Amino acid sequence: MKKPDYVYVTYIQTTPEKAWKALTDIDVMRQWWADPKGGCSRVNVSDWQLGSDWKHQRADGSGIVDILGKVVEFTPPRRMVLTWGRPSEEHELAKHSRLTIEVEPYTDDLVRLTVTHDELDESMLKGISGGWPTILSNLKTLLETGRPLPGTPAVH
Amino acid sequence: MPLAADKPDTDKVFKALADAGRRRLLDQLHADNGQTLSALCQHMDMSRQAVTQHLNLLEEANLVVVVWHGREKLHYLNPVPLHAAYSRWVQKFERNRLDLLHDLKHQLEGNDDEKA
Repeated sequence: MKKPDYVYVTYIQTTPEKAWKALTDIDVMRQWWADPKGGCSRVNVSDWQLGSDWKHQRADGSGIVDILGKVVEFTPPRRMVLTWGRPSEEHELAKHSRLTIEVEPYTDDLVRLTVTHDELDESMLKGISGGWPTILSNLKTLLETGRPLPGTPAVH
Repeated sequence: MPLAADKPDTDKVFKALADAGRRRLLDQLHADNGQTLSALCQHMDMSRQAVTQHLNLLEEANLVVVVWHGREKLHYLNPVPLHAAYSRWVQKFERNRLDLLHDLKHQLEGNDDEKA
């Protein structure tokens, strides 16, 4: 196995259960999975069963799918592993990269959230690596203050 | 591992950045993410021990994350705290300056409705 392409870590004042809910519940996800500088929210839609499809969908009513893949591992409230592919390469699993999200208790009221991505191709790496710090800051702010960063699209 | 039980905070981020050697280490990881200590030492004109100490400080500030890949200990740049510091300490003031320019333009050009 190749080494991970990137690893993002953030510490959030919350519980693993609340962090997990924010990562899997569409109504919570749409509040933070967005860039405050523009664009609509995104949500990850799936039944979260092993081998099931998951879709990274725009939450503006268009239903446009930007990313999709399969659920490889799903262990609430600790760890999920997803394949990550372009809609045009939905059935070419060998071209999918792999996203791992881990939630670990760090101290009594602090959770360590780790996002690891591996087997990315060059263009996907450029496209998404800039987005994660914003998204994760948004998640942290929402969980710690009850509100996302200013500018995040309002939820209707 | 960040040893302290307190959460990595903004103070640690700015302290970690206040050193040219540590900034160079971050630049190296930005150019090529996921390096071993030995690989990082090749481009640093300081002892292995000094590089280790700098990496520990960067790790405590959560700017560097360590991942074990087989038997290799790899160091990754973690830009998340930088983004938090940016949105808290840079973006805010940029926005104010832009608002100021906007107000100035309004004052100098007058109200569009009156002109029309």
